[in-house]
Amino acid sequence: MDADARLVLIVGASMAGLRTAENLRRAGYAGPITFLGAEPHAPYNRPPLSKELLQTEGQGHDDVAFPIRSALEENVEWVLGRAAQSLDVERQVVVDETGAEHPYRALVIATGLRPKPLPIDDHGLAGIHVLRTLDDAVALREALRPGANVVILGSGFIGCEIAATAAKAGAASVSVVSQSRIPLERALGPLLGAEVRRRHEAQGVRFFCENGLFGLVGDPGVERVILTSGVMLECDVLVVAIGSDANTEWLEGSGLDASDGVLVNGGMQAVRADGQVLENVYAVGDVARYPNPLFDEVARRVEHWNLPTETGKRAGQVLAAHIRGDDCATIVAAPFAPLPSFWSDQYDMHLLAFGLTYLADRSEVVAGDLTDECVVEYFRGDELVGVCGIGMRGAVQSYRSRFAAPVAAH
Amino acid sequence: MITIDVDMNKCQHYGQCVFEAPEVFQLNADDKLEYQAEAPDEMLGDLEAAADVCPMQAITLTRE
Ligand SMILES: Cc1cc2nc3c(=O)[nH]c(=O)nc-3n(C[C@H](O)[C@H](O)[C@H](O)COP(=O)(O)OP(=O)(O)OC[C@H]3O[C@@H](n4cnc5c(N)ncnc54)[C@H](O)[C@@H]3O)c2cc1C
Ligand code: SF4
Repeated sequence: MDADARLVLIVGASMAGLRTAENLRRAGYAGPITFLGAEPHAPYNRPPLSKELLQTEGQGHDDVAFPIRSALEENVEWVLGRAAQSLDVERQVVVDETGAEHPYRALVIATGLRPKPLPIDDHGLAGIHVLRTLDDAVALREALRPGANVVILGSGFIGCEIAATAAKAGAASVSVVSQSRIPLERALGPLLGAEVRRRHEAQGVRFFCENGLFGLVGDPGVERVILTSGVMLECDVLVVAIGSDANTEWLEGSGLDASDGVLVNGGMQAVRADGQVLENVYAVGDVARYPNPLFDEVARRVEHWNLPTETGKRAGQVLAAHIRGDDCATIVAAPFAPLPSFWSDQYDMHLLAFGLTYLADRSEVVAGDLTDECVVEYFRGDELVGVCGIGMRGAVQSYRSRFAAPVAAH
Repeated sequence: MITIDVDMNKCQHYGQCVFEAPEVFQLNADDKLEYQAEAPDEMLGDLEAAADVCPMQAITLTRE
């Protein structure tokens, strides 16, 4: 067998791709691995991009790069700054944007997400930002000068974290414009959402909820934004943080089900639109859509930081077995039920959550005080689906075991 | 031997590491992280797992 035909090709030099490679090695695969990544950077950690790195002049890739473990120092090729453009699962080839072909024996799709663009015409104005990549973060940090008028469209985690960072950076004004009634309502529910708003307002951040962008004014950079409610806001920096779309355009025509992220089974193996499982094609991280038996049988894309690691571990194990020629059916049949976990830091408020809080129809403070430190439980009907704390780490961590057994299907 | 270093300027005491390598990492009664500075080579897998799940990427491992 020639070298190329043994190759594991990982598209997306991302956290999920890196974790898959590490776990392949741990499971005994010593063969060649190639990373094909659109960004010029080796894998790095994104959460600091809306926090420390966004407020610390001079921070760059070195401050956020993941360490490359010794097992990946050999027999690994990094092809960076080049995006995959198409996939042919019959010929087992990925073609990149330069037209170069990358044959593979096994393919790992780890292309993540990208921010949704501004929903109205930007008229080519300068001063409009999104935040996903290191380069985005450096550009936004430059723009967040003391005295800037900052408008953030979207009140999810990234929007709220940028608001906190901008307020700390000495912005003249920070305004959050959001379609929803309460910031973070979808993720954290009305109780905690309202408390987050209160804490932001105490720092001078203004919220314009149930609102949207109607138009932009300025030349050559944005100077003011007009909201759908008619309010006009001074604006030098407009940040669009209204959610993300999966990077799956390059999979069009491949036959994979990539309608909202790549559909995979519990072994992270891709499922074609016709239902057939491809045993040598995997998807991991934010771009993967899969059911989690801890909650139900609905396949979901979940954007929590611990899941690139969990899905990468699973894919690495299954793929290593597949390459050895072992029967993967037993590994794949074992339930894949990782407990989702996320955190968020805004001012001195440290949120930590387990589960899928956004599945809940009801939330309740069960310990502490909402305006200080507290634990909030999330329920779907009678079933506990999530927990989130402000501070109170030990209490929140103790919930892990309560999610440990897969629940019956609903 | 593996040397473990946690950058306490970065650590937010989330305690994620505790679940991967409880022999080395613990949260004390005040919810603050405590850890051992050294561990035997056999623990490398667990320690790498702990370093991987640390939200602040505060854990550095060195093998001697
Ligand atoms: C600013 C920010 C802050 C965050 N903060 C938190 C937090 O506090 N807590 C938390 O729990 N989670 C947080 N997250 C979420 C967490 O970072 C993500 O879940 C995680 O980064 C997903 O990793 P991934 O490997 O799946 O994909 P990504 O990190 O998205 O990586 C995908 C990579 O693939 C590349 N790519 C895309 N298309 C192609 C192509 N066609 N060819 C080749 N390469 C391609 C991309 O350029 C990118 O480098 C945050 C995310 C962001 C952006
Ligand atoms: S996981 Fe990281 S941040 Fe959390 S307690 Fe351990 S070292 Fe500290």
